[in-house]
Parts: sequence; structure tokens; C-alpha cells
Amino acid sequence: MQKYDPSTEVDFVVIGSGAAGGVMARQLSQAGFSVVVLEQGGWGAFGHEQDYNKDELSNRYPADVDKLISDPNLHRNTFRRNAGETATRGGHNYGCVVGGGTVTYGASSWRHLPWEFNEASVFGTMAGTGIADWPISYAELEPYYTMAEWELGISGERIDTPFMAPMSKPYPLPPQPIKSSGALAKLAAGKLGLTVVPNVAAIITEPYKGRGACINCGMCSGYGCQTKSRSSSAVALLPDAVATGKCEIRANAYVREISTDRNGKVTGAVYIDKAANNREVFQKAKVVVLSANGTETPRLLLMSKSARFPNGLANSSGVVGKYLMSGNGGGASALFDQPLNEYKGCVTGAAVLDFVPNDVKGRGFYGGGRMTARGFTSPIAYGLSGVHGAPTWGVAYKKALIEQANRKMVLANFISQMPIETNCVDLDPEVKDAWGLPAMRITSTSHPNDFKAMEFFRDKSVEILKAAGAKEVWADNISDSRGGAHSRGTCRMGNDPKTSVVNKFHRAHDVPNLFVVDGSSFVTGGRNHPTMTISALAFRAAEHLAAAAKTGNVKI
Amino acid sequence: MGPKVIEDSRRQFLIQSMTGVSAAWLAASWPEIAAAAETSWGQYTGAWTRFAFFTQAQGATVDAMAAQIFPTTDTPGAKEAQAIIFIDTALVTFAKDQQAVVTAGLDDLSRRVTAQGGRNFESLTTAQQITLLTAIQTTPFFRAIRDLTVMGMFAAPQHGGNFNKVGWKLIGFDDSLNFHTPFGSYDV
Repeated sequence: MQKYDPSTEVDFVVIGSGAAGGVMARQLSQAGFSVVVLEQGGWGAFGHEQDYNKDELSNRYPADVDKLISDPNLHRNTFRRNAGETATRGGHNYGCVVGGGTVTYGASSWRHLPWEFNEASVFGTMAGTGIADWPISYAELEPYYTMAEWELGISGERIDTPFMAPMSKPYPLPPQPIKSSGALAKLAAGKLGLTVVPNVAAIITEPYKGRGACINCGMCSGYGCQTKSRSSSAVALLPDAVATGKCEIRANAYVREISTDRNGKVTGAVYIDKAANNREVFQKAKVVVLSANGTETPRLLLMSKSARFPNGLANSSGVVGKYLMSGNGGGASALFDQPLNEYKGCVTGAAVLDFVPNDVKGRGFYGGGRMTARGFTSPIAYGLSGVHGAPTWGVAYKKALIEQANRKMVLANFISQMPIETNCVDLDPEVKDAWGLPAMRITSTSHPNDFKAMEFFRDKSVEILKAAGAKEVWADNISDSRGGAHSRGTCRMGNDPKTSVVNKFHRAHDVPNLFVVDGSSFVTGGRNHPTMTISALAFRAAEHLAAAAKTGNVKI
Repeated sequence: MGPKVIEDSRRQFLIQSMTGVSAAWLAASWPEIAAAAETSWGQYTGAWTRFAFFTQAQGATVDAMAAQIFPTTDTPGAKEAQAIIFIDTALVTFAKDQQAVVTAGLDDLSRRVTAQGGRNFESLTTAQQITLLTAIQTTPFFRAIRDLTVMGMFAAPQHGGNFNKVGWKLIGFDDSLNFHTPFGSYDV
């Protein structure tokens, strides 16, 4: 791998190596620019993926060197429901390894629908929310969705339905098999008139670009992929970047500040080298691309205060960190007569699509969501907390545990959360992380509308599972988000520098050589998993940035 | 090499495997670990003499607790899974931070047994044991032993419990990690 001395001014520093950072590193280095990627996590099994661990206990209690996800005991964070509360210890975490969250994610890869880019115009806004149009349309992003799907390797089925975005090209790989949970959802769908389709996933089902097809091991979400079948940034993007001879990846490089000069331009990044006794290193760069995820990106901007940027870098609008949208759920579990063996194959199964679109009049709330059929909890997790309606130990526990084993499925739902200004990421005034930096503080309470949505999806899940012939159905308790996966919206893009952080090409309104590209750019959350949209935004941003750098619009 | 040496080296393997050795090392060493487990732990009869954490008396009590938490019925339970070995190993590795809770909890349990005129927990009748455990079931001590027992049923055998994969067999879990359709009874 190409190595750069930190004092050498490289063209681009990319902070983060996940869904967005991997795309930026690959596209910019392939365009001929020098790139240093700073990743705060370790190497994982980058380049020797066959060594990824499928042992549930070791995965639960990993040695530091094997950690793939941030540890809230070290990457401390705090949580509160509203500004009136004092935040207490939080459990927020995210993928933290070369390849970021894509190394361990469930790999769902759905596009946003066309109307999800201009909901304010189509449906109107709602009191108490920051619903607004994106500055780009679906049509503008569509070619980059296609590019992302083909460059990464996405499996799925193109279906002509208003519930899925129109595609200019089919998926490059056939869908994963429909598991028993999906077949049961289909059975119910036949009775209830619903649309059930295979999951769209960044998991290759046939050999693709030198990688082998998924072997349905089942130890998927939360684990590294030994066969490189999950199209993570670490196997589908970063090796291409390294192969250019122009890109260096530095693991264990935890950025604490993006530095600026007196003209208000960024000059590089200061990072803590975790692998070298936490010594500080300044990497000089002409341009900084920030792709650290929907919560770490705003935190780093807020940590990068200076006399010129007293409220944090690129934050003249005051919007950095605001409009945080994380995942909300609400579903149900059910017991069936025969074994489903959901532990075989990828965790996320088939999707029920009918409730993705808005139907404010019919359903009585704004927004929607995608329902997914699935069933697997790994053996330890199942034993600890997977048994329904039974004591937690003794003969009755054991009896229920055996009866329910392999015979359950879940409808887990992904519901759009409203963007609300007061839901935010900022810096905890007291708590520090293990490296002495201000801990991330998350403040979040879902909009009343979101609770209506969760209740709807829970009740609908019960109805579908009953129609599928379940012996018993258990509805989830409705609980509000506390951060975690799918965080987005915290550096929203827009045309007006007073109300947004980046422009439609991800350039910070306030800083000409700073680009922010990841889930933080989202304006509204979308009903589907965010990663494919993050990838598409990154391909589009990289193309624009490379062209701008070549024509002098961005100074290289 | 006599059995005792094998047991000790097995113990070393386990402890090392859970204290900062990489997954790659673990994977490379599995055949040896498995072989050691076959030869030494296959002979475990409930009178384990070389606990890493417990005293002999504590080990016997926790073994009896585990047998109530995950009882042997017409199918195997914590005894057959040798969950006690998992629990003992856990308390010197990934669950080290629970040592104080467990030691204090065992002292408290012992006092409760004495107060009702018993000699030790394991010599009480099943009904007496269940009554006592029910009385403490919300304590951090009981929760720790309960969770470690369950993990000892369902963690991979190289961690000490789930002997001969008895736990996995109970829940129909096949650890082949390589499957072809159809997976389940309802697959399309």
C-alpha cells in the first residue's frame, strides 16, 4: 500500500472508511488523486476475511483487536429525551473498523422512492417537524444508485410496483432465497392482498468481481463475512482504492479535529494514533472529506471549534447535529407448528412493501415503513432472552425454550422518523470518552406521529402473522429510539446556507474545501434502510468532486 | 502426557482464548482445543478439582444452582453440558468484573442455607433449592449465574460448556455454517 508522510500535503483526506468513505476513497484515487483514509477503528480482518470469527461468545466479548463495532464503554456517549434532562450513560454504537458499518451490517440495500426527495412539496410539512425537500431529485440520483448497485454487487429483484423505485437497470445479481419467514409472509399476503418481495441486499448470490457467492452461514448481521459475499466497503471498494497506488488507509486513526487556517479553509486533520500510544498526528491535505457517519460527523465538526468557527466548523447555520433521525421499530413475533430454521441464510428476509407510501387520510399518520420478515436469534441470544411467555429459568423455561426453538418468526419494521430540530447530536459538557474527548450526547424524542406509525406497524404485524397461521402471536412493546443504527440527517443538505450545512454537492456552505458525505446529508429519513442512498450520494459527490478538482473549482 | 497435564494445558488454552488473543489464533488452534476437550473434559463427572475461580465448595454450589436453572429432564441440562466449567472459566476471563458479585452472592446464599438449618445448598432437596433460588432471583448474583449458565448451554463447546453440543441439539441448531435451500419447513 502507498504510504504518505503526514507532513506531505495530500489531495484528499477522507475521514471514515464505510459506505460513503469507501466510495470517496475509491473514486478519488481512481481519478488520480492522492488520498489518505483515516479510520478510527482497527483493521478487522481486512485482506484476510476468511479469519472473521463466527463464534457467538467471542463476538459478544471480543478482544480489543477483534472489535468491529464501537464499544460504548470506551466511545462513551450519553442520552437524554429532551434538553430539560441531564443526559445519562448511553449505549449508542456504530461500525468501527476498516470498512465501517458495512463490515457487520445486515446489508439491506433499498433505494429511496422518488417522492421521498420532495415530500414537503408533495405532501406538505407538519407542525413540529423540519420536513423539507432535498435539493436533488430522484432523477438526479438514479444513475448513481445504478452505479452503486453494479460497483458494489447488490442482489434483488426489479419489480414493477409503485412500492419500489423505478430502476434504469436491473440488479446485477439474483435475489437471495425466500426463507420460511418470507414464505409465511407470502401466504398471509395472498389472503390480505399484500406485496411481498425478496430482500434487496449487498450480498452476492453468484460469484461477482472475484468474490464468491453467499453460503448462507446465517451468522451474518454483527459478524464479519468470511467468504467476502457481503459487499462491504472493505471488500468491494477499498481494495480498488489501494490498488491505484494512490490511496493509503490508516486504521486506528481517531480524528479529534479538522484544522483550519486564518482564511477559514481546512488544512488537514489531527488524529490520535491509537496503535502508537495515542500520539497525535497532523495529516496535511488540500481537501477534507468527512464521512464519519450520522453521529460522529456532526460531533467532529462541533469539536473542531476555532476563533473563526466558534460554534463548530461549518456551523454558521447552527444546524450541525440537528434533525437527527435514527431507526424506529415496532413489530411482532409469532410461533408456528413446524421448524422454520431461520438461522440458516441471511438474517433479513423478505419485505412487505404495501405500507411504504404515505397514506395520511387512510392510516391517520404521516409516513410509512418497510416490514421485513426474519426469525433468527443466535443460540446464546435466544437462550438469554428469546423465549416468549415463560419464566427465565427452571423446568418451564426449558420446556418453552425447546418448544419455541426454530419455530418463530418476526416482522421487524423500519419506520420513517420525522426530522425534528431538537433531536440532535452535540457534545456532552461533562463526560469524556476514553481518549479524553468530549463524549457524544444524543437528545431524542420521537414525534407523536411516529408513535402512531409504530402502533400501526405493530398491529399490522399481528394481523399478518395471524393470517399466516401462527399458533401464537406476541406484539412488541412500543419503545422510542435511543440512537443506534441508521442515524442520519445531522448535516442536512440544502440550497440555503442559513438552514442547511452542505450544498447539493456536499460542499460545506461555510468552508470551500470541506465536503461532508454520509448519512448526515439526508434531509428526510426515508422509509427504507439508508445505506444504499448513502452509497449513491457518495458516487455522485465523488464524480462531482473529481471534476471540480480537475477544473480548479476545488483547488488541488 | 498424562490426563492431568492435558487438563491444565486445556485450561490455559481456554483462558488465553478469552483474554485478548485474536480470532485468527483461536481459529488456528481449534483442532488442538477440541482434542484436549475430548480427552479431558469428557471424563468430567461433577467433581471438578481444578477450578480456576471457584473453591471446591463454591463450585459444587454453583453446579447445583445451574442444574436448577437449566434442569436435566427427559433431555440434557446444565449438568450434561458441563456448564460449571464454562461459568468457572468465564469468571476469570470475559466475566471477570462479576467476581465480587458472585463471591458475595455465594456467601449470602450460604448464610441463607445455614439459617434454615442446611449444610450446604447442594444437599438441600430440589424443592428447597427452588424456593431459595426464587427468593434471590432478582439479585445481581442470581442473574449473573443464570446468564452464565444459559451461555454455558449455548456457547460453542470450546468455551467449556455445551459439551458434545448438547445445548445446540436441544434447540435444533446446526453449526455447519454452510447451508442450501430449503432451510425450513415453509420455504418456497
